[in-house]
Amino acid sequence: MNRRTFLKGTVAGSVLAVAASAGLLTPTRVLAAAWPAAAFDAKTIDDALKGLYGTNAAADSKAITIKAPIQAENGAVVPIAVSTSLPGVESIAIFVQANERPLIASVALTGAEGYFSARMKMGKTSDVKVVVKSGGKLHTASQQIKVTVGGCGG
Amino acid sequence: MSLTKIKTRPKDGATEILVLVNHPMETGQRVDAKTKEKVPAHWVQKLTIELNGKTVADVDMGVAVSKDPLLAVAVKGAKNGDKVKVSWSDNKGEKGGADATVGAA
Repeated sequence: MNRRTFLKGTVAGSVLAVAASAGLLTPTRVLAAAWPAAAFDAKTIDDALKGLYGTNAAADSKAITIKAPIQAENGAVVPIAVSTSLPGVESIAIFVQANERPLIASVALTGAEGYFSARMKMGKTSDVKVVVKSGGKLHTASQQIKVTVGGCGG
Repeated sequence: MSLTKIKTRPKDGATEILVLVNHPMETGQRVDAKTKEKVPAHWVQKLTIELNGKTVADVDMGVAVSKDPLLAVAVKGAKNGDKVKVSWSDNKGEKGGADATVGAA
């Protein structure tokens, strides 16, 4: 890293931090612009939710469908598809409870349907939690996935 | 070189957009079998999907997304010939992307 990029990075970072602490930017606006490092570094789902949405208050919902294997042979590649019939879906986030950093991915939907599919790594058997933001509220559903071979190192 | 592929297909009255990025998605935890040293983290952080120039999905990814991420979203009302554009960037500042047309193979 040369000095110029280092300085640029620190200045931009501190300006953003000052703006956020002064309440000029709402948390969601900050997150829409930059990759939400705090949420991805969080060690618990609650902390990750707070990093993403500023709150961890989520209600269970039957309108969310998780399509994933009950038992995954290979923890390095576990397919998951989330679909929901909730109206006005703003974002979908996927968490694996037992992973060291539970947040897998989060997608902001602006015009797309309430559907998201990806493949993820799972260290061991765990509950997988999906959080859907719709109409400004958080809705959640979860399913356990058994993993026979872990996908994180080892 | 990282390769990005886009595929579209009809799904339940909507159009599913599938995106495949060839990327190592290193977590920073894996130990190289030969050198016994940790392989530095290298993963895709942001991926944006646009339809006809409008962003429809903005994905933030952590290291726990599998190697060679395969993502899918769905859009309603897309017609054959509509333009899909995908762009991504990773934690090392590398960028990639691809363009495709709805309905084309």
